[in-house]
Amino acid sequence: MNSQWEAVIGLEIHTQLATKSKIFSGAATAYGAEPNTQACAVDLGLPGVLPVLNKDAVRKAVTFGLAIDAEIAPQSVFARKNYFYPDLPKGYQISQFELPIVGNGHLDIEVDGETKRIGITRAHLEEDAGKSLHEDFHGLTGIDLNRAGTPLLEIVSEPDMRSAKEAVAYMRKLHELVRYLEICDGNMQEGSFRCDANVSVRPKGQKEFGTRAEIKNINSFKFVEKAINHEIERQIDLIEGGGRVVQETRLYDANKDETRSMRSKEEANDYRYFPDPDLLPVLIEQSLKDEIRATLPELPEAKKQRFLEQYALDLESATTLTSSRELADFYESVASLSGGAAKLAANWLTGDVLGALNKASLEISDSPVSAERLAGLLKRIADNTISGKTAKQVFDKLWNGSASADEIIEQDGLVQITDTGAIEAIVDKVIAANPVPVEQYRAGKDKALMALVGQVMKETQGKASPGEVNKMLIEKLKV
Amino acid sequence: MSLTANDVKKIAHLARLGIAEQDVEHYANDLSGVLELMTQMGQLNTDGVAPMAHPLDQTQRLREDSVTESNQRNHFQAIAPQTEAGLYLVPKVID
Repeated sequence: MNSQWEAVIGLEIHTQLATKSKIFSGAATAYGAEPNTQACAVDLGLPGVLPVLNKDAVRKAVTFGLAIDAEIAPQSVFARKNYFYPDLPKGYQISQFELPIVGNGHLDIEVDGETKRIGITRAHLEEDAGKSLHEDFHGLTGIDLNRAGTPLLEIVSEPDMRSAKEAVAYMRKLHELVRYLEICDGNMQEGSFRCDANVSVRPKGQKEFGTRAEIKNINSFKFVEKAINHEIERQIDLIEGGGRVVQETRLYDANKDETRSMRSKEEANDYRYFPDPDLLPVLIEQSLKDEIRATLPELPEAKKQRFLEQYALDLESATTLTSSRELADFYESVASLSGGAAKLAANWLTGDVLGALNKASLEISDSPVSAERLAGLLKRIADNTISGKTAKQVFDKLWNGSASADEIIEQDGLVQITDTGAIEAIVDKVIAANPVPVEQYRAGKDKALMALVGQVMKETQGKASPGEVNKMLIEKLKV
Repeated sequence: MSLTANDVKKIAHLARLGIAEQDVEHYANDLSGVLELMTQMGQLNTDGVAPMAHPLDQTQRLREDSVTESNQRNHFQAIAPQTEAGLYLVPKVID
């Protein structure tokens, strides 16, 4: 970005709360059902129905509020947000306006090694709308109301971010948090975690904010960064070219990598909110907060600190391993089952295991190698039964089969040779057979030693410890 | 505060209410009267009075999170003007 300009970014993130039933009705929220089979009379807004609030949606909202150190409103009120669109059958969305359930909180992000605190203005409960399908209906629009009434928690940040990178870091952190708390499945493809970004620019040093544009429809981490960077550039170009930014909603088009103005929604922002007379004020008792606080899981930041201390991991490993609750749990199982090979477990998980999972597009929960079986392998590395090199072969077989590490080592005869006499004989043989590298090494070319180590490893079919072989060679080649 | 004829037309449009041209002035007068009353009420001293979110002095009852509704699509779609492939069909809403 041009260094005379500074970007100001705030995000509104809609998280779909992982409840079984809708926020105001007993219809199911399962994804992917046949159109309109999960839309009941309340969701359709038929006359005479009464919304009744889902207890679990309230609990999940309170859980989130406690996790970001926010004030939980003792009394919270639902309001009608009025607008007309066919996927909103009532003509209003039940949302919260003046008294949201979650007040001021914060989330710390790390960008380029520095920690920055991002303020969270509020988080409120609301119902989702249905889906409009604009294709293929002889010029008509098809409406599926299965999603109508699905509980959402809209999390609104302060305009505290100054770059697309910070915005992505915040979004990732929030994504990690809601999944840790198990209040949202975080599935971005299915729309469980959606982001709108408010972006403006101002000359560096200016206090007042510039006019902002809201970018909608950015539902992947990659696109958020691209869309925001694109919008920042667009606004700077516009202003430098003598124009001015207008307040509007823009849509990000991932195919063209550009934002474009949405069909100007006439008077779209005149929502005429008023308290919903169908719903009474929601009272959050201290006892409920205490109960939820007592069951809060260890949060990512606390877990990372504990991993650093308890397992003496480096920051990078600790960050990776705590990036999801499932991965962190898996790691702790392996570390404990392997008899305390904590660092070895961290290396294997962040390296070979995550690498293999990535390649196969699998999540840790679908890993073909369970924590028990991985721990079985690590034990044999730790007690020198097999070398690190052999361990990789064993891992391949663990990944592709169902045998345990011990069975594989036994069947394939992979036990590391610990008989020094046997290795010594092979070392002598290799020295005798390779006069060239021997000479080179003696002439001061340290690299030549690696060729000899390689030969010995080959002779022993990888069953010798490379460290041992190395030591023995150096000893024997001393002039 | 008094409303103009244009204000009335705008509000009617937002609420999708059809108002006959000859009635606009009438509504403008009536609604201005309501706003006048609000302005008077706004002058009262309400220090120490908590805003009322609902006229009933009760709090919201919560329901357990369980699925209690079954699929009644055929039932609901029987009264819809037009449906296809399980969808409700409406006039096209994007240009």
